[in-house]
Amino acid sequence: MKVAMTINGTSQEHEIEARVLLVQFIRDVAGLTGTNVGCDTTSCGTCTVLLDGESVKSCTVLAVQADGAEIMTIEGLADPGTLHPMQEAFRENHALQCGFCTPGMVLAAVSLLKENAHPSEQEVRSALEGNLCRCTGYHNIVKAILAAADAAGAEVPA
Amino acid sequence: MITASFEYRRAGSADEAIALLTENGDDAKLLAGGHSLLPLMKLRLARPSMLIDIGRLADLSYIRVDGDQIAIGALTRHHDVEVSELLAREVPLLPAAAGQVGDPQIRHRGTIGGSLAHGDPASDLPAVVLALGGTIVVRGPGGERSIPAAEFFNGFMETALAADEVLTEIRVPRLEGAGWSFQKFNRRAHDWAIVGVAAVKTGAGSGSNGEGAGVALVNMSSTPVRATGVEEALASGASAAEAAAHAADGLDPPSDINASPEFRRHLAQVLVRRALEEAGV
Repeated sequence: MKVAMTINGTSQEHEIEARVLLVQFIRDVAGLTGTNVGCDTTSCGTCTVLLDGESVKSCTVLAVQADGAEIMTIEGLADPGTLHPMQEAFRENHALQCGFCTPGMVLAAVSLLKENAHPSEQEVRSALEGNLCRCTGYHNIVKAILAAADAAGAEVPA
Repeated sequence: MITASFEYRRAGSADEAIALLTENGDDAKLLAGGHSLLPLMKLRLARPSMLIDIGRLADLSYIRVDGDQIAIGALTRHHDVEVSELLAREVPLLPAAAGQVGDPQIRHRGTIGGSLAHGDPASDLPAVVLALGGTIVVRGPGGERSIPAAEFFNGFMETALAADEVLTEIRVPRLEGAGWSFQKFNRRAHDWAIVGVAAVKTGAGSGSNGEGAGVALVNMSSTPVRATGVEEALASGASAAEAAAHAADGLDPPSDINASPEFRRHLAQVLVRRALEEAGV
């Protein structure tokens, strides 16, 4: 069946099977491999993308459910060679080590600030319930998100 | 992981979904947010030959006052329940519990109707609707019928919903100012409750749960279940602590990697006491 969606502002229309997952559509069909697959069971959050501006786990959404939607992946957050303020905050605060969870973390954080521009530390921690990081112990990720919320221009373009 | 193959149909209305269900029987499943069904399909624990996507039926996503009740459309997402100012004022137990379902990403997709239709005893919202004495509205080829939540869950992941019916609405009483509590015990962030308790204080004659409180339990039986021992003890004048001792009366809680039945009985008693105290019962 034909499924069409916009990923990072670019139209993607492809003939696929109904059982193709959104994350497979993004990675294997559209060729955007910045979105990682971790657990593949709705737990780890590394496949988090924005679907019409809201964070979702793309391993648990069928591509056909996103037919007509606007998808934002890590590649689309900022122009090539530049960083989105959230990415900048992650870099400044050393909020990643191996980096595998980072695309999902960043998009979950961007989604959080769209819903709650000035979260408390506890609200940030709660909002990351669905994103696992095995390296950092989360402290610097929380610091980065709070810093991004404080920084001028942390408003999200998506 | 990828699911087995299936035929995908997108319903343009609830009636079209009912017609497709009638035509295809047990081989067809409704797809709303997909956050219960798709994980089962990826593991081949469910293998429907057809998915009928009702996820875009915007007319089934609403939260509104209807007399002395609040009506919630089946496709209202957990996130929308969580942030509803109307529910925060009228039935605060519901948004508080909805805000603890899974994690933000899951709450952006999962729906209240899907959660109830799935009937998982480990889910939070079925117990909440039970404690509130809510009603579940379903529509089939023969029209609409309303099922009390207490009669809806009748087996492990089995409900009173017929194969050709669509769950369309959840109705809960307006309980502005009534004490309430939601207790969820788990070991890891975003996990299912090992045991959970939903409780709401009901003034004399004001609710359908008797005189004292509506109390329901998560993950304490093969279905979402009312703590009838607790409710009856309260109705006959027991204190919160005395009533909580009856939390596991008549129940056969599951055994799994997280807890033995004995531990679950203990948790239920402790959590019910905390819930009743927090609800001011």
